[in-house]
Amino acid sequence: MRKLILATLLVLAPAALLAAETAHLEHADIDLRDQASLQRGAKYFMNYCNGCHSLKYMRYNRLAKDLGIDEIALRQNLLFGDAKPGDLIEKSMTDDDALKWFGVVPPDLTLVTRWRSPDWVYTYLKSFYMDDTRPYGVNNVLFPLVGMPHVLGDLQGRQEPVTVPAADPAAQPIIEGVKLVEEGGLSPKEYDTMVRDITGFLTYAGEPFQLERERLGRYVILFLGFLFILAYLLKKEYWKDVH
Amino acid sequence: MSAEKTENLSWIDKRFPLSETWRNHLSEYYAPKNLNFWSFFGSLAILTLVIQIVTGVWLAMNYKPDAGLAFASVEYIMRDVDWGWVIRYMHSTGASMFFIVIYMHMFRGLLWGSYRKPRELLWMIGVVIYLVMMATAFFGYLLPWGQMSYWGAQVIVNLFAAVPVVGEDLSVWVRGDFVISDATLNRFFAFHFLLPFLLAGLVFLHIVALHHVGSNNPDGIEIKDGPKGNRWSDKAPADGIPFHPYYTVKDLMGVVVFLAIFAYVMFFNPTMGGIFLEAPNFQPANPMQTPAHIAPVWYFTPFYAMLRAVPPMYGSQFPGVVVMFAAILILFVLPWLDRSPVKSMRYKGPMFRWATAIFAVSFVALAWLGMQPASDFYTLLSQIFTVLYFAYFLLMPIYSSLDKTKPVPERVTS
Repeated sequence: MRKLILATLLVLAPAALLAAETAHLEHADIDLRDQASLQRGAKYFMNYCNGCHSLKYMRYNRLAKDLGIDEIALRQNLLFGDAKPGDLIEKSMTDDDALKWFGVVPPDLTLVTRWRSPDWVYTYLKSFYMDDTRPYGVNNVLFPLVGMPHVLGDLQGRQEPVTVPAADPAAQPIIEGVKLVEEGGLSPKEYDTMVRDITGFLTYAGEPFQLERERLGRYVILFLGFLFILAYLLKKEYWKDVH
Repeated sequence: MSAEKTENLSWIDKRFPLSETWRNHLSEYYAPKNLNFWSFFGSLAILTLVIQIVTGVWLAMNYKPDAGLAFASVEYIMRDVDWGWVIRYMHSTGASMFFIVIYMHMFRGLLWGSYRKPRELLWMIGVVIYLVMMATAFFGYLLPWGQMSYWGAQVIVNLFAAVPVVGEDLSVWVRGDFVISDATLNRFFAFHFLLPFLLAGLVFLHIVALHHVGSNNPDGIEIKDGPKGNRWSDKAPADGIPFHPYYTVKDLMGVVVFLAIFAYVMFFNPTMGGIFLEAPNFQPANPMQTPAHIAPVWYFTPFYAMLRAVPPMYGSQFPGVVVMFAAILILFVLPWLDRSPVKSMRYKGPMFRWATAIFAVSFVALAWLGMQPASDFYTLLSQIFTVLYFAYFLLMPIYSSLDKTKPVPERVTS
């Protein structure tokens, strides 16, 4: 039996290697316990992203409660227009305008870190580069031909693609990554922190109860551990006369 | 017991066989004393069914079976309903745990020869339970109305379209539309709610059949045919012990361990790395955009791999569909394929043991292959493992008769 399993593993091993993910993602290194970071992320989201992207499964007051933002601060800093604390976080732009301006309706971002991943979001926000062939002058390594302009471009600065020649000399060179050619309003380190804050906030928004889930889980497992001791002793007691 | 209580009980017993049922199925149902690890999965399967029904009913209280509202209603349950995320994760984790438990339970049947005479019907009712369970899971997977729900259902319902002549009409009849739509979601919800109760009824029949023939054991020996008389009764099998309290307390121990594993997944890794809850399903269904890679949930992937392994004939996928369903239906005839003079794997010879090991490895390999994007190499592997899967059953009459078995002891071993 053991030999068989080993043999199968040997057969399947090259297959597993072939399946390895090719796209390289940077590690976002977020910390959902860092409330200051999440608060900054929420602020950045509301100021830079919320014009076009909704968080339509998330309510303002839930966010405020979880991130330790009081109602006055919520109303002053995060609520725009006639939004109320109990409302779902909708975007300002209409779908018709979005289609006219960008050709697509920007996706809702409540669950973006769950169907992509936090690392994907982090890398994506760092992978814009200048491309004159695109309507807004930018393209993205991770999401080629993306319709979104580089909203944080003034802060990050200007990036150029890093290319390697394709195997076929007639083909376009392959874009491998980006390099910063002109700093923006933030230093690269500050920009990384900002993008990390946004990623952390979106990861929180994807599963607002994640910390609560793990906290509760520890108690449940602890309880079941004690229950197991009792169940084991009970079984042992009953079974001692079975031979 | 007070005289009054006895009086009440006898009042009931005259009208309903309460004490008699208790005795026949629990306190005086004699199960073999040598049941081991593998026998936990029967009671765990019942537990999981109950978890699924209870959490499912509570989910239905807030879920909206409407193409425009379904996805948002699931997120509403996760975020705004009190304890909604616990109920939802319990249900999504429970679905996968149910299949793990059932696969272990079925494999136990293979190891102990529990499909052999006199348990053929017991086994066949079990196969029907497995089929209904797969249907329930398939209907349920559409309900969150995510991208994988939608496109997974699209792929599976399209299989019906591969049936010659009537296929196209059949698939439209199943969907209630030309594509997966609100009409499909409504009927899938209705069936997803109905089938678990049918499952409960089938489980009842399964237990009626089990208690009629008696439980098998790791030795595959009939304790009813052995000597009589134990501490509780002169007529009971000597190697039997009352199910209650012996196996109720033993199963309780198994239940606690199972729940701990369940809780670990639910609270610390509810998506199980994208296997129990697939990442594309966190995006709402979009009929205009096909995901890059569509794969059914892990418990269907062995059969999906077989479907993809069979090359189309005359431009039709029908042969693949036939192979896929045959892989499940062949389980019905298993009791008549095994010609070995012994039941349990313990006393079967090397041929049968190797065949079972190869079969188990093939099943796991197919499950893995079914999750991967198709490639020539994977298709070849899937074809090899599909052949091995069927060879286990189709060659069984031959190798089970040729095999050199070991002598079976008179009494169960401990």
